[in-house]
Amino acid sequence: MSTVYEQLGGEAAINAAVDIFYRKVLADHYVNRFFEGVDMEKQAAKQKGFLTMVTGGPNNYTGKDMREGHKHLVKMGLNDSHFDHIICHLRSTLAELGVAQDLIDTVISVAESTRDDVLDR
Amino acid sequence: MPTINFEGKDFFCAEDETVLECMTRHGVMIPSSCQSGACQTCMIRALEGKPTAEAQQGLKDTLKAQNYFLACVCRPDGDMTIGLSTVSPKYRVSLLEKEALNESVIRLRLQEPDGFSYKAGQFINLMRPSDELTRSYSLASMPGDGFLELQVKRVPEGQMSNWLFDDLQIGDEVEFFGPAGDCFYIPGSPEQPLLLVGTGTGLAPLYGILRDVLAEGHTGPIHLFHASLAAAGLYLVDELRSLAAGHEQLHYIPCVLHGDAPEGGRQGNITDLPAEVLGSLSGYRVFLCGDPPIVNALRQKCFLAGASMQAIHADPFVFTPAPDA
Ligand SMILES: Cc1cc2nc3c(=O)[nH]c(=O)nc-3n(C[C@H](O)[C@H](O)[C@H](O)COP(=O)(O)OP(=O)(O)OC[C@H]3O[C@@H](n4cnc5c(N)ncnc54)[C@H](O)[C@@H]3O)c2cc1C
Ligand code: HEM
Repeated sequence: MSTVYEQLGGEAAINAAVDIFYRKVLADHYVNRFFEGVDMEKQAAKQKGFLTMVTGGPNNYTGKDMREGHKHLVKMGLNDSHFDHIICHLRSTLAELGVAQDLIDTVISVAESTRDDVLDR
Repeated sequence: MPTINFEGKDFFCAEDETVLECMTRHGVMIPSSCQSGACQTCMIRALEGKPTAEAQQGLKDTLKAQNYFLACVCRPDGDMTIGLSTVSPKYRVSLLEKEALNESVIRLRLQEPDGFSYKAGQFINLMRPSDELTRSYSLASMPGDGFLELQVKRVPEGQMSNWLFDDLQIGDEVEFFGPAGDCFYIPGSPEQPLLLVGTGTGLAPLYGILRDVLAEGHTGPIHLFHASLAAAGLYLVDELRSLAAGHEQLHYIPCVLHGDAPEGGRQGNITDLPAEVLGSLSGYRVFLCGDPPIVNALRQKCFLAGASMQAIHADPFVFTPAPDA
């Protein structure tokens, strides 16, 4: 079975999704402080890593990477409600791109499966 | 078996091995994360040899043009020399012209050395021969001008800028390395709308880019915002007005934070003005140069106003704060 990543249209589709997704995140005052890095471009590339991963595209991230990668954010207060916001932006990004509901559900369940790792529990 | 040269040493790349795997196997640690071409952490530059097309997927055009690539997905098909940046030769040139553009900005025209090649909008690292004090200055000229133009602002207590203002004479020599920087125009999509925003001498690279864009026959609308604290800080106003008069696609908008804006200009905060004047920036190619906090704020505003991250080119004029600041 092909991955959602392939069904979406691969790398080109993810590039389009990064712009939409990252714009939503930056405009959301509840979570944007976590993304206020010095370099927006590097951040955007990381969001591409995020979207590639949750859509099942080529990636080598592990649960441990998710734990390590977000630990500094947990120290800054990252919790379930922030996680919910991100899930919400992910869902509406995919919906905006016209992705079918069953594919969206698949992506969201992958993202959900990382909750404990991301929140370091 | 392709050979990868890095900092003067040769490393043999096994069949089907990526550049990242090869370097890691030899104990050279290149920072990396996703290992699949997405996160761009492992971006590096090919100084010789061509990176594969796959290894440049998703990178900005300006980075591709300079042979940047992602080490984690590059399976080289030939020998390569990789590194973070080109080691440029040092050039020694003399000052041809010096002219005040306003009370605090001068224009310097330097000899263009033989064999020097650059893209309008890039910068050079200028060196004072007596003690090798080095600072970056953007090129306001474009290839073919026959000289290299800098526009320099006097910074209070500034070592280099005050020396350039007060001591450097026509005929004196300076040294430089370069060019560097990825804020430049790549021909293509001539009908795409362009937004150029500069504060202070952030106009220097934009002046080069603008003339390059017009010479390339760009037909889409071009909006140039030049901002200063007050009208006295603007410069090249007449030149830009007459350039705009000769090209109907060009719109020049001088902006001031305080006091009255010149005719056709705007008063207000430059980080808000472009989106206020133009509305949605979706589909725009954007160039932002000058004061770092303003450039970074503009980058975010332009992105939120609809410009794609891939289409925003920025050149913050970063400087080292004084030790006691
Ligand atoms: C990529 C790039 C391109 C650049 N292009 C140009 C250009 O085209 N034209 C131009 O005029 N400059 C440009 N600059 C800035 C330039 O490199 C120097 O930083 C500037 O000329 C000051 O150098 P200085 O030796 O005179 O001051 P320094 O002796 O380095 O600094 C003196 C004091 O002033 C402070 N300071 C330095 N710069 C500024 C500033 N801009 N605003 C406020 N305080 C400051 C320092 O923190 C220090 O306290 C560019 C910088 C970069 C990184
Ligand atoms: C929904 C589940 C999530 C997944 C699967 C996920 C995945 C990822 C991935 C793959 C990266 C890139 C790591 C790298 O390449 O270095 C990343 C980075 C990042 N994530 Fe998440 N993430 C999730 C939730 C969140 C949440 C809820 C926040 C904050 C509100 C967040 C904030 C960040 C930040 C700020 C970075 C960049 C960190 C840095 O600067 O290195 N993430 N994430």
